[in-house]
Amino acid sequence: MSLPLNTFTQLENFGHSLKSTSYRVQIQRTEDIYDTFRLAKKLGLTVTARGTGISYNDVSLNSGGIVLDMSGMNRILEWDTASGVVRCEAGVTLRQLWHHVEPEGWWPPVVSGTMRTTLGGCLSANIHGKNNFQAGPIGEHVVEFTVMLPTGALIKCSPKKNADLFYAMIGGFGMLGVITSIKLKMKRIYSGLITVDAWHVPNLSRQLSGLLEHAPDHDYIVGWLDTTASGKSLGRGQLHAANNLNEGEDPNAGETLKLSHQHLPARLFGVMPKRLLHYFMNPFLNNLGVKTINTAKYISSLRDHSFRQSHAEYHFLLDYVPDWERSFGRGGLIQYQSFLPKETAESAWREILQLSHKRGLPSYLGVTKRHRPDKFLLSHAVDGFSLAMDFKVTDRNRAKMSGMLQEFDRIVLSAGGRFYFAKNSETSAETTEAFLGMATIAKFKKLKKRCDPNGLLESDLYRRIFK
Amino acid sequence: MRVTGAKWICYNERIPPMETNVSDSPKPASATPLNPRQRALIIGASDGLGAALARKLARDGYSLALLARSEEKLKSLRSEISANGQVASTYVHDITEYKKTPDLLRKIVADLGGLDVVVFVAGVNYPPGGIDKYNFENDRKMIEVNLIGAMAWLTPIAEMFHAAKAGQIVGIASVAGDRGRVGNPGYNTSKAGLATYLEALRNRLTRHGVNVLTVKPGFLKTEMLKAAQGATPFAIDPEKAADDIVSAMKKRKQVIYTASIWRWIMLAIQLVPSVIFRRLSF
Repeated sequence: MSLPLNTFTQLENFGHSLKSTSYRVQIQRTEDIYDTFRLAKKLGLTVTARGTGISYNDVSLNSGGIVLDMSGMNRILEWDTASGVVRCEAGVTLRQLWHHVEPEGWWPPVVSGTMRTTLGGCLSANIHGKNNFQAGPIGEHVVEFTVMLPTGALIKCSPKKNADLFYAMIGGFGMLGVITSIKLKMKRIYSGLITVDAWHVPNLSRQLSGLLEHAPDHDYIVGWLDTTASGKSLGRGQLHAANNLNEGEDPNAGETLKLSHQHLPARLFGVMPKRLLHYFMNPFLNNLGVKTINTAKYISSLRDHSFRQSHAEYHFLLDYVPDWERSFGRGGLIQYQSFLPKETAESAWREILQLSHKRGLPSYLGVTKRHRPDKFLLSHAVDGFSLAMDFKVTDRNRAKMSGMLQEFDRIVLSAGGRFYFAKNSETSAETTEAFLGMATIAKFKKLKKRCDPNGLLESDLYRRIFK
Repeated sequence: MRVTGAKWICYNERIPPMETNVSDSPKPASATPLNPRQRALIIGASDGLGAALARKLARDGYSLALLARSEEKLKSLRSEISANGQVASTYVHDITEYKKTPDLLRKIVADLGGLDVVVFVAGVNYPPGGIDKYNFENDRKMIEVNLIGAMAWLTPIAEMFHAAKAGQIVGIASVAGDRGRVGNPGYNTSKAGLATYLEALRNRLTRHGVNVLTVKPGFLKTEMLKAAQGATPFAIDPEKAADDIVSAMKKRKQVIYTASIWRWIMLAIQLVPSVIFRRLSF
């Protein structure tokens, strides 16, 4: 095996704001991973795995090294429709997965806001969804996975078998081994529809108390936060709480479970192809335009209502406008997400939102969720809430943006908060050590030494936070 | 001049800042993903224009890989750059050891964490010693360093930049390549060849988002100037040339002369008909 120069590729994060060049090696079979490890060792290069490149930060970038393109390992290997357990290769996307299981009355237990993510990536980041407060992260639904260690060993991990590796590799952002296949338990659904209650909240305090009070009665809850509102309206927005339908509640379940009922419309108002929509959004994506849009959205949310929509429509909001991230322009976007205990969240986010206004770098979109702790080693979870904020990056605001996000980190840290390794690009090694704790990092590094004695697995993220 | 050094050595360990050296240049903000450093490789960085470019790009916040034959000169340049809180790794390499280029290039790209700009400065000038003297050995050395050396490095880099659809190649040719003259046929040929090679790369790569800049310096006040025979008009400091080059890089220009007056001088010289030119002794 050799490494041709024409595999040198410029890769980006999902928001197109970070760019990095690496040798991209296409992986079709497990053996290819082993061959690449051997080649990397011979050439003195490092390796990281990448799925569809949907992370907001540098987790799947490896500047100057090798990137394993896992998207070719995308076969669904086994599907037991009676138990709802599916076994897939790591490059299978959530889109492939739900297309496979939904018509038979099953749904992935935890999904991200886009269906473009791969299962390998979902496990590496240990993704959470709008049901985190009750279902936990995706790792809690993994029955077993197979992983190729850089030593060449192919091992199986489950909560019982190699449990220390199971709880460290899920959420270990691919630094202990390359996950090759995953056995995952699906969740039963009895309809292709989901019942959604939508109501507005006039400020941050009501936003958070709404999440707290209404989560227990719902399967899913998520908040939209108007990041441009200030003063008394700071943190206003709209909550969407949803419940799956019980057996028998949907008389047309046979019909609504069909894939044709789930597809997101390709045209807006039945006329305009949505593929073109991001071009029309671009002129509005500046501070003034976004303030107008957010205000208009808030006013339209004042009418509280309930409705039913398909699972795909409810879960995959980020796929509703294809390539929407392109509307942020050439500099792209970065997402900053912080996780705060329910006691300190309000004051910390008040400070963060005010700081973003003061710096003239308001976030363009804010999303809140309710969370609970889990027992994964590098967990981002807290008994509290998360706030994800999208920021527009331009060539001129990069330095200022970086400084502001690092100020956010300090606010979050002092409020006892945590961070998530698929978001935030500016979090430093010091901040990581402060929120994870020395003991946890030492434990992770010990496992890394065991799984990857030659230090072959490295990503830009790893070098940034652990070196 | 002897071609030396069969092995290359890499110094990429962190150098602590010098304790007593007072530097007034501000310490650059540490790089983060949103605020990254540009990464540049300078081939032929130890002397004159190469060293001036290294200092200039380091001041501009680039992360540098400096490559040259002389270990000593590289060491002192690196200490100077890192004393100012700037970033440089050094690699000792003889450019005519073409077989070693691929491994070393891969190592440099890994150490730098990618590559945005490559500047090929390396060049030698061994005049035959008079307009009635001929010296194949000297001619060959000049072609081996100035032209084949450039191709050994820039061909794989062009392939990488082509595939990545990004990058910038800067080649230091010379006004000496614009016309074949009586004084130093071998040097003229090496620089004319380099300029044509760079033009061909430009024509291949521009459509893939890669910029190729050809720089044609006139006389520079460097060691090489001592090799020039006769008058050396419009000689400028290498620092001035480095400023011109970096400014042209930022504007993604195609061809520049430095000092800029050489554009007009060379235009005039190129327009001199052969029937007259071959009777001149310059």
